[in-house]
Amino acid sequence: MGEASLNIVIGGEAGQGLVTVGEFLSRALVRAGYAIVVTQDYLSRIRGGHNTYAIRVDSREVTAPAEGIDLLVALSAQTLPLLRDRLSPRALVLTDAAHGLSGHPGLAIPYKELCPKPLFENTAALGALGSLLCLDPAWITGLIKEKFAKKGEAIVADNLAVFQAATHWTISQKASFACLSPAEPRGRRVMLNGNTAIALGGLAAGVNFGSFYPMTPGTSVMQALIDHSDRMGVVCEQAEDEIAAVIMAIGASYAGARPMVSTSGGGFALMVEGVSLSGMLETPVTIVVAQRPGPATGLPTRTEQADLDLVLHAGHGEFPRAIFAPGTVEQCFHLAHRAVDTAERFQSPVFILTDQFLADSYRDVAPFDLASLPPVARPLTAVADPAGYERYAVTDSGVSPRLVPGFTEATVVLDSDEHTPDGHITEDLAVRVTMQEKRMRKFAGLTRVALPPNLYGNADGATLLVCWGTTLGAAREAAAIRNARGEKTAVLHFSQIYPLVPDAFVPILETAKRTVMVEGNFAGQLARLIRRETGYVFDALVTRFDGLPFTAAYILDRL
Amino acid sequence: MVTEKDYGEFETAWCPGCGNFSIRKAVVKALAALDLPPHKVVFSTGIGQAAKAPHYIRVNTLNGLHGRSLPAATGIKLANPELAVFAESGDGCSYGEGGNHFLAALRRNVDMTYIVHDNQIYGLTKGQASPTTMTGQKTKTQPHGVASAPFNPVAVAVTMGAGFVARGFAGEIDHLADLIVQAARHPGFSLIDVLQPCVSFNKVNTFAWYKERCYKLGGDHDSTNFQAALAKAMEFGDKIPIGVLWTSDRPAFPLTDVGPLAGREPDMAALSQIIEGYA
Repeated sequence: MGEASLNIVIGGEAGQGLVTVGEFLSRALVRAGYAIVVTQDYLSRIRGGHNTYAIRVDSREVTAPAEGIDLLVALSAQTLPLLRDRLSPRALVLTDAAHGLSGHPGLAIPYKELCPKPLFENTAALGALGSLLCLDPAWITGLIKEKFAKKGEAIVADNLAVFQAATHWTISQKASFACLSPAEPRGRRVMLNGNTAIALGGLAAGVNFGSFYPMTPGTSVMQALIDHSDRMGVVCEQAEDEIAAVIMAIGASYAGARPMVSTSGGGFALMVEGVSLSGMLETPVTIVVAQRPGPATGLPTRTEQADLDLVLHAGHGEFPRAIFAPGTVEQCFHLAHRAVDTAERFQSPVFILTDQFLADSYRDVAPFDLASLPPVARPLTAVADPAGYERYAVTDSGVSPRLVPGFTEATVVLDSDEHTPDGHITEDLAVRVTMQEKRMRKFAGLTRVALPPNLYGNADGATLLVCWGTTLGAAREAAAIRNARGEKTAVLHFSQIYPLVPDAFVPILETAKRTVMVEGNFAGQLARLIRRETGYVFDALVTRFDGLPFTAAYILDRL
Repeated sequence: MVTEKDYGEFETAWCPGCGNFSIRKAVVKALAALDLPPHKVVFSTGIGQAAKAPHYIRVNTLNGLHGRSLPAATGIKLANPELAVFAESGDGCSYGEGGNHFLAALRRNVDMTYIVHDNQIYGLTKGQASPTTMTGQKTKTQPHGVASAPFNPVAVAVTMGAGFVARGFAGEIDHLADLIVQAARHPGFSLIDVLQPCVSFNKVNTFAWYKERCYKLGGDHDSTNFQAALAKAMEFGDKIPIGVLWTSDRPAFPLTDVGPLAGREPDMAALSQIIEGYA
């Protein structure tokens, strides 16, 4: 028997290779069949400071990060003093013999003896970790062979030698640490973080254009698109600023591309005029906003859910939009696909709200079933009557046939000014009313296809934890812990924030004994939106805005 | 065979006597000379009276936001390299609000033609100084005279090694049409800064003022000679050269070689392999 669940934290300075150790170990664990939730905590600097890479590993499903640390890999001298308060009663510390254990149970690894060069210390740490967890060494040695193959056979051999030396040394220490219990069979898994899954969902929906201006933690969506652009036929361009990024995407969309752009709050603030333009031109664009704490530059590398109000209200004037907020890596993929289709279908701006936590959080997921994905709407490249074509033809649904320029004899005219059905500028106020009514009619269609919130458990007579986006995992774990204690608790999770469909959730709220909105911002932005749209007032609010993700313990402490 | 008639006749919102009319004429003349059918041409524009130009020409049009004609034009060209892409707007839009995009476009060198109506004033908002208004010129919002130095778009473009840099004058329609033809044929980013009067709000740089100063560059000007091009680009005062100031064979921004992105569906087998690669 061993431990079913452990929280492994690797701490050290930026540049020390803690991400390398973390990713190797995570991947080996996923290949060995374990479930993981990775949380990355880093500072806005390239070297130095103190960062952590936390892997919560479980032989069964796991949905959220944990606070206590069971196994701490201290790569720098400051790691142990910084994190000692979070060590669990069973915790073991792995540190450099040079730093010492300061009386904590653990292993002081003689890196100097085990490693021919400091470069190999990460491999030595992996040897010690794998040994303590009783992980079949083949999972890690296999990865070492794969990852270092490009650097040559000598490097592979050196790393394997260090790995083996560290493994043997650890076994010789007879450290009293329980192994991980065997993983329950869960089928083939891949290891993805939220932002990569969003990019893959976009690719599955036919995204073939990406424009961006670098901003943490939004950039990695575009990075993933770029990584696969040659193979998938995607045009990606780093724009001069976020304004250019979004407008370039709108231009590409007009010409028939399926665009995606990604940014974070501060960059999105600049994109706002483009959002309004997309609304007026009725040209689809999918915008990923990876939230981080603000205002202004805030905490650039931490997490928050405070940009809901911004995204909800972004853009002057009134126009329809949809906002998705994935709660898991699987949802990142599927909602990205859905967001692109929604944008194309309703010719509107569509948003995906994620955050630093989910952006950087690796999970084990089943490979996505691409064959079962619904088709994505596409613009027209042919029309029956090119001469009579009107880009903004007035329709019952508000959606006009969208023709791509250059494919027919028709000319396609778009205007940011109010325009006639054929796209030309007008100051005719009757036309203004007709066109605004036409555009806003799309809202009814968007509402019809809006995803209702997901209910986990039975809300009847229960404490109902209501949340959106990435808080899902922590809320579900908090509910499970309370239910195990006999305190009836359910979770209602919004993966689409807008449009809201009150009939789909107000009756659920009304059956609960107590409703608690749990969200990662100061004001309770979704609670306020629901109050505005439905009049419903939550019984309580649990907020978090210290830059860290929700955990079950954080929620339980405040209920 | 495309003729000027194919580009239609429209009622405009421009002031009588505006330089925009002659620029429109030159554009239509050039498009016909290039034998471009209207549905193969896209104009991306910003905001202002100049930006309304493609509403008065039968072409594909994205009349977008102030200063943003270039990013939209870039997106259009990247998405469909088969379209002939033009961006068109005024000096305030292009060099003020759109200044960063102008610099980026010079660096990127995407194959498109940028036609800037340069009347050295903001017309539509009724007469404020623009980035090209001359130092000292008084306006209602600069009552003590413009303190800033005027932006020199052609000199900036030459020093950036742009593909094609020309200066035109609204009073020389055939000459301007020829510049547009040359610019459109140039593979890369082409700038044509077109001097024009604003009959309502610029009482200094009038039609007569330009007419008196503008002279055509002759065959003796070598547009591939950087020093000569820069010298001509800097000439703006009693004498203002019009014509092709500078050309270079700098490679244009690479475009997709598999045609338009429209209608291209993802290779799901490749994507499936990519996903499996994350194991």
